[in-house]
Amino acid sequence: MNPIETVEYVAELARLKFTEDEISQFANQFQNILSYIQTIEELDLEGIEPLTHISQAENVFREDVVQPSLPLEDVLRNAPKRNESFFKVPKVL
Amino acid sequence: MISYSTFRIAAQNGTITTTDSTRQVVSEIEKQKHLNAFLTVCESEALAQAATSDKHFATGSPRLLEGMVIALKDNISTKGIRTTCASKMLENFVPVYNATVVDRMNAHGGIIVGKTNLDEFAMGSSNENSAFGAVEHPLGDNLVPGGSSGGSTVAVAAGLVHVALGSDTGGSVRQPAALCGVVGFKPTYGRISRYGLVAFASSLDQIGILASDVSTTARFFDAISGIDERDSTTAELPATQSLAMIEQPLLRSFTVAVLPDSELAGCDADVLKVYYSRLEILRQNGATIIPAEIPGSTAWIPTYYILATAEASSNLARFDGVRYGFRATVGDDDEDAMIVRSRTQGFGAEVKRRIMLGTYVLSSGYYDAYYRKAQKARRLVLNGYNDVFTKADILFLPTTPTPAFKRGEKTADPVAMYLSDYFTVSANLAGIPAISIPAGTSSEGLPIGMQLQAKSFDDERLLYFAHHFYQLFN
Repeated sequence: MNPIETVEYVAELARLKFTEDEISQFANQFQNILSYIQTIEELDLEGIEPLTHISQAENVFREDVVQPSLPLEDVLRNAPKRNESFFKVPKVL
Repeated sequence: MISYSTFRIAAQNGTITTTDSTRQVVSEIEKQKHLNAFLTVCESEALAQAATSDKHFATGSPRLLEGMVIALKDNISTKGIRTTCASKMLENFVPVYNATVVDRMNAHGGIIVGKTNLDEFAMGSSNENSAFGAVEHPLGDNLVPGGSSGGSTVAVAAGLVHVALGSDTGGSVRQPAALCGVVGFKPTYGRISRYGLVAFASSLDQIGILASDVSTTARFFDAISGIDERDSTTAELPATQSLAMIEQPLLRSFTVAVLPDSELAGCDADVLKVYYSRLEILRQNGATIIPAEIPGSTAWIPTYYILATAEASSNLARFDGVRYGFRATVGDDDEDAMIVRSRTQGFGAEVKRRIMLGTYVLSSGYYDAYYRKAQKARRLVLNGYNDVFTKADILFLPTTPTPAFKRGEKTADPVAMYLSDYFTVSANLAGIPAISIPAGTSSEGLPIGMQLQAKSFDDERLLYFAHHFYQLFN
């Protein structure tokens, strides 16, 4: 893929849309950022385990106690569109 | 504005009331509106809280934060008060629950006066990325205050509040603190609950504290730290007790590690001047200076930007215009088009750039080349720090390579902007506590901050050293 195609492909994955101008600008900036982050290639990472999370905790368990959840009205308060007790979206099928 | 400790004594003696002090603050915020530090001012809520504080002072039972005037970065959830993340995406979002830190400061008598401006979704180092306009540096002159917690920092620096909360994912509390001449503290990962902090990069994000002195910082930290069952990444530890500890006299001898001079090569001459002169002061006051080698420092920024953008692309996937947040009104044809349009119109340029970069490094075929490597490089940083802190109490280094820069100076070149976080990102990668304290000024009179870092969960000792260093430097 050339840089323009790459940007278009990644935009699709990220659920974003760009104008042609934005895409070529992005492609340029992307090249710069990517060539900069290539410096990571210079590190000797042989035999080093990836660090997936900084916290020492493995599993954090608690008792399964029923607690009040948010009232329905609160859950729907910030909905852009609603229909009675449902979130309303454009047709899916 | 008088310091919180002075205010507290006066309020206890009955010579000042919280209601008066809060009213003054609200009118001062209005007068300083040009700074654009606040996005929302909650006067009526603040005055109601102030009335309660006055009762506590009157009955001689002030709580830990009684009457303290507080500002919150607008990515911290406040029930019933708009929380925007400085994004069009959340312009009208009113949370239905409080962040844990908000509940805790309320329980301790703190007064929240408003929500502060930031780089959209905490992504930026100059506060130029806000959907509601840039924040001004208190010294004006077209300078940036730093970011992303620019509004919170300016609120403290301009004397509008006693303390402000920010969030620090790669330096977003410490960097603006250094540029504006205040104290900025990022605790150990897991020491303050992140419940209710809008997520940017969850393995790096930490709520941090901005104040004009270390003592107020310590008091506030003690009030909000400690395990929270709503954030499973909080450490199983009770609240800190740093306020008593920082008043202990400075040890006669202690060990301070410093980076090799070659790593400071990119620093402004004024920053180096302050750095070396302050190091000399520490030497004269009992510090043994030893060299610290943290392997892989050339890759700190790349490692950080790979991990942070990857996590951001995942975290920000939740903004789809379905359940809350901005929904594009044009066209109602199908759900997928609605989602793409809402995200495209709702997010600003830098947020989109980071979502794109994060999506790219996680995409099939590139995961091992970038994300996996960055995770390995992250362990290298952690191992390096572990080694340093077996020999030293503190790592001492500049907070930023330069003092405050001009607006627009770095906006065209993302990499140049990212490099202003050179000295701050490694603490987030390793999860360790770090603090920036005012340490001097440049030849043009701009504030310069120095940074202290310590090993994980050594927050109280870090504040103790910071308190003493602050007094030695100022």
